[in-house]
Amino acid sequence: MTQPVTDLVQPGRGRGIIDVYKHKFLLQLLVRKEIKIRYRGSVLGLLWSYVKPLMQFLIYFVALGVFLDMQRGTPNYAIYLFSGIVLVNFFTESLGNATRSIVDNRDLIRKIYLPRELFPVSTVWVSAAHLLPQVVVLVGACLLTGWSPSIWQLLAVVAAFVLTAILSIGLGLLFGAANVYFRDSENIVDMILMIVTWASPVLYVWPMVQRVMGQWFFLYQLNPVTVAVEVFHWAFWSPTLSPEQSVSISMPPDLLTVWLPSAFGVAALVLVIGQLVFMKLSVHFAQEL
Amino acid sequence: MSVPAGVSDSVAITCRNLRKKFVLRHTRSMKEAIVWLLTGRKGDLSKKFDALKDVSLDVEQGETVALLGLNGSGKSTLLKLISGVLQPDEGTVHTRGRVAGLIEVGAGFHHDLSGRDNVYLNGAILGMTQSQIDAMFDSIVEFSEIGEFIDTEVKFYSSGMYLKLAFSIAVHTDPEVFLIDEILAVGDEPFQRKCITKINELAAAGKTLFVVSHDLDLVASVCKRGVLLEHGQIIMDGEVHAVVKELRRRSEASAA
Ligand SMILES: Nc1ncnc2c1ncn2[C@@H]1O[C@H](COP(=O)(O)OP(=O)(O)OP(=O)(O)O)[C@@H](O)[C@H]1O
Ligand SMILES: [Mg+2]
Repeated sequence: MTQPVTDLVQPGRGRGIIDVYKHKFLLQLLVRKEIKIRYRGSVLGLLWSYVKPLMQFLIYFVALGVFLDMQRGTPNYAIYLFSGIVLVNFFTESLGNATRSIVDNRDLIRKIYLPRELFPVSTVWVSAAHLLPQVVVLVGACLLTGWSPSIWQLLAVVAAFVLTAILSIGLGLLFGAANVYFRDSENIVDMILMIVTWASPVLYVWPMVQRVMGQWFFLYQLNPVTVAVEVFHWAFWSPTLSPEQSVSISMPPDLLTVWLPSAFGVAALVLVIGQLVFMKLSVHFAQEL
Repeated sequence: MSVPAGVSDSVAITCRNLRKKFVLRHTRSMKEAIVWLLTGRKGDLSKKFDALKDVSLDVEQGETVALLGLNGSGKSTLLKLISGVLQPDEGTVHTRGRVAGLIEVGAGFHHDLSGRDNVYLNGAILGMTQSQIDAMFDSIVEFSEIGEFIDTEVKFYSSGMYLKLAFSIAVHTDPEVFLIDEILAVGDEPFQRKCITKINELAAAGKTLFVVSHDLDLVASVCKRGVLLEHGQIIMDGEVHAVVKELRRRSEASAA
């Protein structure tokens, strides 16, 4: 179609998440704002985000590893636990905040047109910024136990992170939009997040689930969070094991060849659905908020 | 995308048969909605009314238009449709060039950030790029008369200072079309005069202005054309003084 009258446009017709890319600078400012506000007025500032996960790790190490002696069943249990928790933290924080992001930014949304996808996407970036110090602590602990990962394991960490981010954005768009109409969504999401920690092998090891689920184990493996957690275990925890230890505790079969790609498929599907629903509902955000 | 027929090449805003419905009663819980579905959808879950009915309007580039009407006549609704915040239920809106909707100044301000951070945040929200803000920064601070308070958190600003800074950012965004809703009553007398001078400058520079205000003398001095809204319909469109006179006549008639 040619354009006879030059660039007359219909205001407020966005192209979804692609528009976020055009507003990179604003996205950057929104993320920085959140991080700044979180540590305003504190003397130690950013240092807190290193101290807290460090404390958390030490508690796991002492209480679970030494006192409860989980070490016996799962060597380096503290690292096993922490690497899973770090990833699940990222997911729960992203999704929880993305769900609230539209309602929280109602003052802006009611008055100025912006691609509304900016808000869920920016919360996921903020969570990523909070993930970083936790990963630093994790890497420190791994190095102390003789961690020497391969390049593939490092790449897999990035892949697991991207996978979780895609899933969070997809679900965040879906529930963030639904939350405008039904504030119940917040509570539904809180419940999902409670389940997530247990629906992935964070506190236990995957063979326990396989024993119970049998042929339905693939359903468990279709959960992208589960796959991402397993990838983190593979990259952070398994290189810290001695050869004889790693023989007795293996990684799920086909993790990288089958489950990681299918997890990306699931996450992409969620993103597409989330985006479609969001587009449909976002037209009425300004008047419903 | 269908561009309405018969509009000139220099039109800045064109609205055709706009209708905007609002829901009067909202349901905010799933329980209510599910009960309503299960009981056979008896009664209305929501009541609707038309805030705008069949509004058609063309504004040429460089025109200065005052949108007038009593409270609740639909002025802010029309501005939000033009800025894209709301979408019409029927009809179309088209705009040309960058539109800045100053629906409410300081909408994107964050209390816990300094004035400086807020200039960047608000500028970006209003569509400026980083280099544009960098280039404009000193001019924004100077116009706002904030001075050394620029690095103070805005929660410690007086309400006038807050509005001055917000207004200053808004006029520096340099769009082709300005939508201004009730923000002219900003700041003290000298600052207000400065704002009006600035707005006149923008008009002289060929910007399109679309102004909503209840300060009739003020808009009459800034704008040339007047549009009168009543109950969501345009009932008069013409020279601003004539429209202001008509609005005054109507409000006196309804007061009597
Ligand atoms: N989101 C909304 N939901 C329901 N009703 C709304 C909504 N926004 C506006 N309305 C209604 O639409 C009507 C027009 O509102 P609008 O804000 O456009 O009036 P206005 O002309 O700007 O009035 P004022 O001079 O007081 O600013 C009002 O009756 C208002 O209650
Ligand atoms: Mg209004």
